[in-house]
Amino acid sequence: MGYPVLSTVIFTPVIGAMLLLLIGRRSENAIRWVSLIFTLLTFIFALPLFLNFDKTTASMQFIEVFEWIPAWNIKYYLGVDGISVLFVLLSALLGPLCVLISWNSIKEKVKEFYIALLLIEAAMIGVFCALDFFLFYIFWEAMLIPMYLIIGVWGGPRRIYSAIKFFLYTLAGSVLMLVGIIVLYFNGGNTFDIPVLMSQQLPYKLQLILFWAFFAAFAVKVPMWPLHTWLPDAHTEAPTAGSVILAGILIKMGAYGFLRFSLPLFPEATKAMAPFMLALSVIAIIYGGVICLVQTDLKRLIAYSSVSHMGFVTLGIFALNQQGLEGGILQMINHGIVTGALFLLVGIIYERSHSREISHYSGVATIMPVYAGFFMVFTLASIGLPGLNGFIGEFLIILGGFKASMLAGALAATGIIIGAAYMLWLYQRVFFQELNPKIAGYRDMDMREIITLLPLVIFVVWIGVYPNTFLGFMHESVKELITKLNS
Amino acid sequence: MEFSKDMALIRPELWLTGLAMLILIVELLLKKKEVIALLSILAIAVTGFFVINSSSGIAFSGMYISDGYSMFFKILFFLSALLTILLSMRYLSQENIHYGEYYSLLLFSVLGMSFMASSNDLILLYLSTELMALSVYVLAGFKRYSPRSNEAALKYFLLGAFSSALLLYGISFIYLLTGTTNIKEIALKLSSGTSEPVLMIALLFLASAFAFKIAAVPFHMWSPDVYEGSPTPITAFMSVGPKAAGFSVIGRVFIIALGSIAVDWKVLLSILAVLTMIVGNVLAISQTNIKRMLAYSSIAHSGYALLGIIAGTPEGIASTMNYLLIYTFMNIGAFAIVIIMSRANPEGDISIGEQISDYEGLSKTEPLWAALMLIFMFSLTGIPPTAGFVGKFYLFMSVINAGYTGLAIVAVIMSAVSAYFYLRIVMLMYMKEPLKAITVSPNLSEAIATTISTGLVLIMGVAPYYFIEFARASMSL
Repeated sequence: MGYPVLSTVIFTPVIGAMLLLLIGRRSENAIRWVSLIFTLLTFIFALPLFLNFDKTTASMQFIEVFEWIPAWNIKYYLGVDGISVLFVLLSALLGPLCVLISWNSIKEKVKEFYIALLLIEAAMIGVFCALDFFLFYIFWEAMLIPMYLIIGVWGGPRRIYSAIKFFLYTLAGSVLMLVGIIVLYFNGGNTFDIPVLMSQQLPYKLQLILFWAFFAAFAVKVPMWPLHTWLPDAHTEAPTAGSVILAGILIKMGAYGFLRFSLPLFPEATKAMAPFMLALSVIAIIYGGVICLVQTDLKRLIAYSSVSHMGFVTLGIFALNQQGLEGGILQMINHGIVTGALFLLVGIIYERSHSREISHYSGVATIMPVYAGFFMVFTLASIGLPGLNGFIGEFLIILGGFKASMLAGALAATGIIIGAAYMLWLYQRVFFQELNPKIAGYRDMDMREIITLLPLVIFVVWIGVYPNTFLGFMHESVKELITKLNS
Repeated sequence: MEFSKDMALIRPELWLTGLAMLILIVELLLKKKEVIALLSILAIAVTGFFVINSSSGIAFSGMYISDGYSMFFKILFFLSALLTILLSMRYLSQENIHYGEYYSLLLFSVLGMSFMASSNDLILLYLSTELMALSVYVLAGFKRYSPRSNEAALKYFLLGAFSSALLLYGISFIYLLTGTTNIKEIALKLSSGTSEPVLMIALLFLASAFAFKIAAVPFHMWSPDVYEGSPTPITAFMSVGPKAAGFSVIGRVFIIALGSIAVDWKVLLSILAVLTMIVGNVLAISQTNIKRMLAYSSIAHSGYALLGIIAGTPEGIASTMNYLLIYTFMNIGAFAIVIIMSRANPEGDISIGEQISDYEGLSKTEPLWAALMLIFMFSLTGIPPTAGFVGKFYLFMSVINAGYTGLAIVAVIMSAVSAYFYLRIVMLMYMKEPLKAITVSPNLSEAIATTISTGLVLIMGVAPYYFIEFARASMSL
């Protein structure tokens, strides 16, 4: 452990990106290998977080503090606790998978693509580690630049529209949070130090105003209904790796923001607003699910399913009890794995057919049995089949939801049924029925593609069968959070 | 004795005057204009050296003041002039207007700006403003055969003359009330008096005149036309140097001389700032010429920079100064790419490469310059980790601390709006296929200027500490 784990994890991809700058743009394979090595290194460097994490405390661990801008009392301050550590690991896990899945599908501006990918990974991990608001905001915003480029340069036909929409929505939300952060600074004793700010009691009125300022940033990112409209466009048009990052990590940041900042910083405002947030979450669950039923585009369907799934996550968070919160956090990880995997799978078949239309496919199972198997696993995980990860998260959330509000719990449960409907129907349309002769020549998944997906299958089963490995990380932090809420 | 002490204090300006005149004469003898450019850089370096080593004090019976504040602005002016000269050489040869007067005029305008930052008296302030403005009028019309350039110069001159009249009128009202033109004495006289209607009129005139100089709405009408018609290096220069000079006098006159009626001018400037941010950013969206777009963007940035003055606190002023410094590098950087992109157009008035559509697919043909433009565009938007973010952050901090959270909210929302047009450039460069293969061949001096700008935009974004401290330490008004 003799190295600053978090800084190493954040800056390994940055170093990789710098190294890529030095490689000539013609040597595309070298670029791919360097990216793969550096994302793998990032993952390896992140492993101590998993192995050496002290699960018996709620306090921050792996802390690194340096003075950065003393004029404003800004520090380079990193640390993780039970809430954030899993996201760091998830980001580090998805990094190499994104490199692998883009291996053949990105053919133009390869160098720029991998630079953007590495930088976005660094910024994402930074967001989850930052314990100084200034530093947090830097990472939060810095992520926009590479993401904008990834969608806009390597995306689908409507990429430019989607990229600008993504950028403007998230920027508009973030800047309001920036004002909130500065107001917080002056009302919290001229400091951006998040743990210090958390230990303070703010007046109720201020809490309420700041809650909404932060809401603007987080609700766009989650995205909560009715601010979700950028998501289907961005997810659909982004290249596969972009979709995976968006679905796997980026939209988790909104929910993470609520957990990390809104709940502990503005506990009274949160409690006052919880019914409203529950209502928005339920709307997202049902609305997102129903919209999925009418989609004709594979990626768009999965994108809308994210709206529904993130509804579950925010429902769990704003249930404000142990089950709901733990379920919410776990479900974020689950959704990152499962939806990430589904986007990877769609990417695999898109690479062969260059069509996202559901009607273009039928009977895929007969020509691509391995692919169908993988797709089945993640479909079932997404639906919440017991024994797979989705079940644990959704179960905990609904348990918490019922505790908070019978109505919300009941409505959310119907959302699960809708989820089963659209996913199974999708599966039926794509994989069963007569084989469409137009797609008959497709080859099944090759080794690279299997290696890309295998780790995710392992996690789907692991979390489904023995969730305590992961829930154990968060018990103490969630308990602490609830005490803070009720104090 | 008194006289020699006074002369010692204005040594930087004396040197600059002498060297600028010398260059004007040497220019007659020298064929190679690049030498003139190098001599001008040398002149700036010499003057800069004296500024850095100058002592604080007041000279000429309180007319001239040398303090940290003036020093900060002078360094800013010199840096902007330096970058402008570096960016001028190839452009001027390309447009066939490489005359030596260009450089002396540039130096004279810098001289005017230096005196502006150091004026402790409204008369010196007026004279130095005129010196700066007259030199820039001529520079704006330097493309003699171009109707647009002529239009720019004439428009700038007429409206500028009008604003000078307003300034003089305002000064005379102040004199009427206080019997003095010395800024510190005005402050003393006014602090005892109440806010009379005459003072409000004076305030209105002064604010209008200064708003013209910084192109704040509704006194911004001239700037898109002038920015578009002027030779591009001069546009770059105008958008940072004279603008910063305008801010330097706003700071001194409003904060010190009119400090007693701060409540009144804060309302006035708040209205100006809100209008400026909204109009600048919204109108920039629909532009098709990149110089016009940057003109509107420059208007918007005046609005942001006003926030620190409105805050009125030492932190506020330091944040405006810091922002102007950052803005100098990011905006000249953006213009550097525009200049590098431009080609002489034998048929028309507007150089090739000035249309926004010319940037389509630039990342394919010129990945390096496209990447640099990307950095400047994100910095102008205010996205971390670039300097633009730090600058805005500091402004927002000081303005929120002073209790103007509403202004900060307008500013951040307008920053989000500005993302649209800055990103359009990025979008065209990276997400479109090139229509015609534009290749560029910048010369060494352009490369140096771009390197300096890029380097500082990134360094100030990641390690802003020293720059903030520099602004803070210089803030002693």
